[in-house]
Amino acid sequence: MDPKKSRDSAESARAAQFPDEVLERVLSLLASHKDRSAVSLVSKTWYNAERWSRTRVFIGNCYSVTPEIVARRFPNIRSVTLKGKPRFSDFNLVPQNWGADIQSWLAVFAERYPSLEELRLKRMTVTDESLKFLALKFQNFRALSLMSCDGFSTNGLAAIAARCRNLTELDIQENGIDDNSGDWLSCFPENFVSLEVLNFASLSSDVDFDALERLVSRCNSLKVLRVNRTITLDQLQRLLVRAPRLTELGTGSFLQDLNAHQYSELERAFGGCKNLHTLSGLHDATALYLPVLYLACANLTFLNLNDTALQDEELAKVLVHCPRLQRLWVLDTVGDEGLEAVALNCPLLEELRVFPANPFDEEVNHGVSESGFLAVSYGCRRLRYVLYFCRQMTNAAVATIVQNCPDFTHFRLCIMNPGQPDYVTNEPMDEAFGAVVKTCTKLQRLAVSGLLTDLTFEYIGRYAKNLETLSVAFAGSSDWGMQCVLEGCPKLRKLEIRDCPFGNAALLSGLEKYESMRSLWMSACKVTMNGCEVLARERPRLNVEVMKDEESSDGQAYKVYVYRTVAGPRRDAPPFVFTL
Amino acid sequence: MQGLVVWFNTWKFQGKTVPFCPLPTGKTQNTRRMEGVSRNGEAPQLLDFIAKEREWLMKRLQEQSHGPPPPPEDKALELRLGPPGDEDRSNIDFTKNCDLQKDESPLSLGYFNGRNQAQAQNFAPYLQFSPSISQTQLPVLAKDSSSDTVDLQNNNDTEKKKALPPASAAANTAVPDSSQKRTAPAPVVGWPPLRTFRKNLASSDDHGKPAPKTHQNAVSSKIVSERSGKGLFVKMNMDGVPIGRKVDLNVYDSYQKLSAAVDELFRGLLAAQRDSSGRGIKSMPDEEKSITGLLDGRGEYTLVYEDHEGDRMLVGDVPWHMFVSTVKRLRVLKSSEISVLGAGGQKQDKMPSDSAMQ
Repeated sequence: MDPKKSRDSAESARAAQFPDEVLERVLSLLASHKDRSAVSLVSKTWYNAERWSRTRVFIGNCYSVTPEIVARRFPNIRSVTLKGKPRFSDFNLVPQNWGADIQSWLAVFAERYPSLEELRLKRMTVTDESLKFLALKFQNFRALSLMSCDGFSTNGLAAIAARCRNLTELDIQENGIDDNSGDWLSCFPENFVSLEVLNFASLSSDVDFDALERLVSRCNSLKVLRVNRTITLDQLQRLLVRAPRLTELGTGSFLQDLNAHQYSELERAFGGCKNLHTLSGLHDATALYLPVLYLACANLTFLNLNDTALQDEELAKVLVHCPRLQRLWVLDTVGDEGLEAVALNCPLLEELRVFPANPFDEEVNHGVSESGFLAVSYGCRRLRYVLYFCRQMTNAAVATIVQNCPDFTHFRLCIMNPGQPDYVTNEPMDEAFGAVVKTCTKLQRLAVSGLLTDLTFEYIGRYAKNLETLSVAFAGSSDWGMQCVLEGCPKLRKLEIRDCPFGNAALLSGLEKYESMRSLWMSACKVTMNGCEVLARERPRLNVEVMKDEESSDGQAYKVYVYRTVAGPRRDAPPFVFTL
Repeated sequence: MQGLVVWFNTWKFQGKTVPFCPLPTGKTQNTRRMEGVSRNGEAPQLLDFIAKEREWLMKRLQEQSHGPPPPPEDKALELRLGPPGDEDRSNIDFTKNCDLQKDESPLSLGYFNGRNQAQAQNFAPYLQFSPSISQTQLPVLAKDSSSDTVDLQNNNDTEKKKALPPASAAANTAVPDSSQKRTAPAPVVGWPPLRTFRKNLASSDDHGKPAPKTHQNAVSSKIVSERSGKGLFVKMNMDGVPIGRKVDLNVYDSYQKLSAAVDELFRGLLAAQRDSSGRGIKSMPDEEKSITGLLDGRGEYTLVYEDHEGDRMLVGDVPWHMFVSTVKRLRVLKSSEISVLGAGGQKQDKMPSDSAMQ
């Protein structure tokens, strides 16, 4: 008997004792989509049980699959998460109208998932028409989260507010949208009470405050409120007294002339927020008004100060009140001294992000340096996520930092001057990142910067065995560097490269690799059309897309985006995108 | 048409002084120039200079390198000019490059001009282009986009890239910590990697800043000037209000914000002045009239400032950072009185009617 057949029949015999319904019930408890993917590969029975029981689907690259295929495989989806454009589109490296439009997905979902409840989009193009369509077609719709999306305006939001009776979440983050007016907020009907999450911090126009106040009053389940900076302090006070159960708060402007009475009222309102664990906003906050917060900071685990240019002493005073802080985002105006205060006051810190206040400023006499980072590493041993923009760094400092904190899972270091060496020894920063990958065995995400030769990539390929995402800019010496990474990092999923001397040999060294990855981005490298054509020919299950712009000469592949797909070449590609 | 960037510092070279070459401008708007900058037109001359004296330069740079001798594996990384990988350096087409047209714009290397990546990348664009870091800079010659040089580059992948960075490093170690201020290179597209708000910038546009305000995860335009780092307080007086205020200009980064702050600060005081019966400290927000139109002349009041020369100027004409560096004092004047003063700067005069009219 064919061994395979015997295995199958034995297995189906076992499965027969295990009804599909039970299997589905068990599998429905699986949340992680990685687990679900694994489960679906076990056998046909399990594949079917899994697909029937899945209610949430995550699609990391909207062009890797078509909505029809998704709908065919998963009949019972309630929540969809989609990511569209390559990440470098956040930095203007992807032209407008590139694609990733949600409408084609919504059209299919309207038919196949009429009970769709949640839509979470990142870097997708969403038009007002799509938002109106969404509001109209999905009666059960509850949660909309748009991060770094574009194409819509507040008119679309008005449609959502007006029609989605059961909306629990409206989360608009960092999008390039047209803010026509704040009237959208008044479109929530007066009998609408279900909102739990409202984030409009990134919109710039005024909203009807009375409408907002009434909305907050009647939505007793509101847990997350992030207002935009048109909301003043006294308005904030009125909101806070109506929403004492908030767990996440994003304030508006923190700059206002308050009299003594208003000040104490505000302080009292903050004091009433006993459940606050996340705080953001605080635009233009100064030492004068920050103290109103202190009563609310006892349980704070995430403090996002990157909208306020605090100095070191101001930050220190705040941090004293936040002993439980796990995540902190600051501007580099706090300086190395501010980071020393972090080290002193935040022993539980796991994530630190330091953003530059003046990234394009030509005066380089401020910001943070290696000593701030070092200080934090001494004081915050649990650090596992760091995003650090600085103007100088040394190999020795990084080596010490990772010795102090070997548990890094995300290490994103941006030395802002491209190709800058160790400023003390003037050597490349190879040893710094070598130390990172050697010491931090759990590293999943790495972004490198500074002057780097192929040696950095040799280290990465040799040691970064858990690395999933790598971002490279202005680094490397030759094709060999990229080859090391492609051949060495078994779990690599996303590789994004710009302005590096990697050419066709490097590109083609990944022939065996790309189908196990989500995507590859290479821009301003040395890849040519010939190389891309070879890749496309050898690997038909990849989409090899080249973006042409007026700068690139013939033969040059200026921007290359390669990704695995079962959907075939894009049907909606704009004229400047060539699929080879 | 892509050109070359030739970069050097001033140095005495066989008795002749060679001036700076400007930072690569290429397609980017780099209006800042370093001191002693020479115009692009001089580039061909300087190239000639270099071509003849190349050996001198290499020798000098090597002499100046006080750093430890490069480890053996870096032999391939020795100081080179022109496309590395060429063992015989004298074959480098310096002469070709010396025939630069005068009107060729200098090619900015690599990242300095995001648009020119395709051409610049042939050369290690990883040098630190800061004049202060090294007194003697390595002249970097990026190849033109002509196809033969591109091929030349492509043939010498492995060696070439390693050449320049350590060379510059070697040059850099030679130099003591310079007192010159380091200037950052010209802005590159999409660098540093920070998210931008293309459309949300409109409401708080800063006239002067060329690059979009960027910010990770937040509304962008609140980047605060770091001028003094500690606070730039200027006095502000308003017509009809006996008590002035002090404002910290470092807290604002645009005229709109300053205008809003003026409104906040003086609204109550103005209302208190108007209400002669005096309602005490607690002012009713609803009854205070907002002070608007400070910048465009449409409001009842207009914002003016006095600069370091004592001239009174309308607020809003110059880029914000320039304003902050020259402002000494702010005044909120009744717009009706402004028209009495002449346009442009005038010596401050207590009696506006006395000032000459244009």
